[in-house]
Amino acid sequence: MDGVHDLGGLDGFGPVEHEDSEPYFAEDWERRTFRLMLGLIAALEIPGGRFRHSIERMAPEHYLSSPYWEHWLTGAATMAVESDLTTSDDLDRRAGGHFPLSSPDRGVLPNDLTPRTEPRYTVGDEVRVRAWHPPGHTRAPRYVQGKRGTVIRVDGVFNLDDIAAHGGGAVADPLYSVRFTSRELWGEAGADGEVMHADLFERYLEDPQ
Amino acid sequence: MIADHHHPADLAPVEARVAAIESVLVEKGVIDTEMLDQIVQNFEDNLGPMNGAKVVARAWTDSAYKERLLSDGTAAIAELGFHGPQGEYMVVVESTPVVHNLVVCTLCSCYPWPTLGIPPKWYKAPAYRSRAIREPRKLLAEMGTVIPDDVEIRVWDSSAEARYLVLPMRPEGTAELSEEQLAGIITRDSMIGVARL
Repeated sequence: MDGVHDLGGLDGFGPVEHEDSEPYFAEDWERRTFRLMLGLIAALEIPGGRFRHSIERMAPEHYLSSPYWEHWLTGAATMAVESDLTTSDDLDRRAGGHFPLSSPDRGVLPNDLTPRTEPRYTVGDEVRVRAWHPPGHTRAPRYVQGKRGTVIRVDGVFNLDDIAAHGGGAVADPLYSVRFTSRELWGEAGADGEVMHADLFERYLEDPQ
Repeated sequence: MIADHHHPADLAPVEARVAAIESVLVEKGVIDTEMLDQIVQNFEDNLGPMNGAKVVARAWTDSAYKERLLSDGTAAIAELGFHGPQGEYMVVVESTPVVHNLVVCTLCSCYPWPTLGIPPKWYKAPAYRSRAIREPRKLLAEMGTVIPDDVEIRVWDSSAEARYLVLPMRPEGTAELSEEQLAGIITRDSMIGVARL
């Protein structure tokens, strides 16, 4: 989905508030959130894509106004409700106030669920990223969709997150690192001497026209 | 369930929400907090940039290791005992006098846990994720790292399976240092690429 999480290239967030060093968890609730998400993922065998998508579906204003670990908290609670472990009302009652959850999953499985194990592209090939914009989870950032790049690494075969995230199981797809010029991605606002890479599944790619 | 449009001020406090979902998962027998505590404790004690620093220091002092590291990062890093979640497929990218590498995760917070630990807050925040991929040279300069115009900047968006570790350039004047001493000068930021040493 073209969600608020897909931040590459957006303007307006200002300077990076960098710290040289910080504890993994500044407050106890952050550690407890990490702990419960690890447990939930292990117990329900949640694929990485489903975990990420539980966060991507947060209301945009909530996503941007809440700290990082609150994203995990909201995702964990959403998946617990979707797995019938609890209800939204029960969570509100236990929390003594409103417990916001993520929006419903709008993902649709592609028609073709055939595994692909033989990479179609090789290092040096020019490719175009499909302007797919699927309604569910994807690992194709918006800023590369429709853009042309060059394959610089063939990573072998991995399970496609877009399918596993929506209950389609483990479907193999070749994975590539694709290099884009800054000019290709950002046009007149791009710069020379800067290149960007994204790791993209074969199903995201097509031959350039 | 519907999309939520409550004002943040209406929300139950975050601590109360954590307690709420935790109590559900414990009552349903989904999680065992004591067992999970040990796992989290292991993260806190044993994962972090001190591990990545050992990898880099070895690469600086052992050219055969460096070659293995750049051709199969996962295996070479495992030689030093570092592997596990978010380190299953490691790619190491080498910075040189003509190339500077920078790592980001624009979609979420992907980061190589075994070698760098849990990512810092700024790495997961919108400012870094939006700008690193769009205007890396400008952003790095703002962060105090000026990359000369004749050095190509390569940004790596960890958008799928690979987790990236930058092999920074070995600084001048370190020829006399031991591998262990070298590990002591290698920072987290140099292995993300937001700093040079």
